[in-house]
Amino acid sequence: MNTIVLLTLTGLGLAALYFLVASGLSLVFGLADVLNFAHGLFLGVGAYGTWWAAGNLPGAGGEGLGFVLAVAFGVAAGTVVAVLVELVLIRPLYSRTIEQVLVTVGLSLAGVALLQATWGADARPFPRPAWTRQVTGILGAQVPNGGLLLIVAAAVVLGALLAFLRWTRYGLIIRAGVENREMVTALGIDVRKAFTLVFAIGGAAAALAGALGGVYFGTVSPGQGGSLLIFAFIVVVIGGMGSVVGSAYAAVAVGLLQQFVNYYGASGVGDLCVVALLAVVLLLRPQGIAGKVAHA
Amino acid sequence: MTGEPVLTVADLSVRIAGLHILQGVSFTVAPTGVTVLLGRNGVGKTTTLRAVLGLTPRGGEARGTVRMGGRDLLDRPTHRLVRAGLGYVPEDRDVFAGLTVAENLRLAERRGTTPAYDRVFALFPELDRRGRQRAGSLSGGQQQMLAIGRVLLNDNRLLLVDEPTKGLAPKVVTEVAEVLERVAETVPVLLVEQNLAVVRRLATDAVVLSAGRVAWAGGAGELLGSAELTRSLLGVGSGEVRA
Repeated sequence: MNTIVLLTLTGLGLAALYFLVASGLSLVFGLADVLNFAHGLFLGVGAYGTWWAAGNLPGAGGEGLGFVLAVAFGVAAGTVVAVLVELVLIRPLYSRTIEQVLVTVGLSLAGVALLQATWGADARPFPRPAWTRQVTGILGAQVPNGGLLLIVAAAVVLGALLAFLRWTRYGLIIRAGVENREMVTALGIDVRKAFTLVFAIGGAAAALAGALGGVYFGTVSPGQGGSLLIFAFIVVVIGGMGSVVGSAYAAVAVGLLQQFVNYYGASGVGDLCVVALLAVVLLLRPQGIAGKVAHA
Repeated sequence: MTGEPVLTVADLSVRIAGLHILQGVSFTVAPTGVTVLLGRNGVGKTTTLRAVLGLTPRGGEARGTVRMGGRDLLDRPTHRLVRAGLGYVPEDRDVFAGLTVAENLRLAERRGTTPAYDRVFALFPELDRRGRQRAGSLSGGQQQMLAIGRVLLNDNRLLLVDEPTKGLAPKVVTEVAEVLERVAETVPVLLVEQNLAVVRRLATDAVVLSAGRVAWAGGAGELLGSAELTRSLLGVGSGEVRA
């Protein structure tokens, strides 16, 4: 029983990380048809931004409000980079899919190289509050607080995203644009502003994933974003392009499957099962769990 | 036609995926009434409407002149044309299926103007009653009302309406025609329509396209009253037009 609770909660922690990366990726692809391979870069910027701020930004640190300030700095840095990438590199290429892929793949490689050149290729210890290194007893299981923090953060981001999509004008534009971008334009709306906004939202969520992922893993390394991005893409496809709720369901399915199979099977088999799940979903329901509808 | 045209299309050519869909189309739209674009399937009627609105698909190219109020429209982005007063009711309705009726209408509101919900709900009281229903669960006729209601929420200088009766039951076709007739009393309409009974009821002017070119343009009464013209241009006798 203890083991199942522990596996479930650590699986949900992993799912939370996937969701934070996948939700923005899904909205970007659903609305703008951009397959953004540079999304992992936003995660890396968030992680390294938080790490840097904790040691250098006045008032920031590894504990209490100082850590909150460091995370806020990392998230802001990820958001700014995402907006710049959209405005400078993606916007001129909206009708050129192949060039988009080349640019975002190139950017992701260049981003990792830049982080390596600046702070080295080795993983560095991540500054994190002492309580996140401790565990909490839940139904007899000793669950790491870092994982619980990720779950709470992902739940808050999910709630905030749904409220944004449901109650705001731009949320309405994004939901409509995911269904039929051309018709949104034909109603007199400049949908490109919404493109920038979803990049900003996606960049912020991914940067938060980078910061909290640093807490969860205890280290930060240049390639972290890229490895998480692979599973985030799987989550996006299983959940349905453009669906935040679909991404949440898919992230939970992927996280739990990985955790349970890796424990009860053999290490690494969980990753294979996730790919198998992806294949089954593509065969039986190619549009994913929620299809191409941005649910509020 | 009396008065300055609200829209002037001159030498409009559209090439999509290597195909020359429109080949130098020229016509004008009168400042009042309904100008109808006619022609057999695939002659370029919808392509013409979409080119006017800047919706030529990715990889396509539109050349020529499209002028409204002295300004050339061809190089301007679609959302600006719509804000300048071009209302568009697309073929197949294109309502947002995942949004409610109220959300579909709210999306069409334009910043800085007061949306004319009174006008829309006077014409389509059902849209008011079904505000919380998802648009995807509406019938075809109700979706068409929503598509027309969306553009009537704002004041327009010209409405572009693409096959509004396509796939609808005869009773609903009559209702849609009645609404368009009332709408055309206040704003000019450029209409693509295959149902010749509806054309007969609404059209004041007609432009007939054939193989991407204008084959005939003039008064709708003249076209529809001539069995020889309707047979040669549209492939039907004038008797069928009165259906």
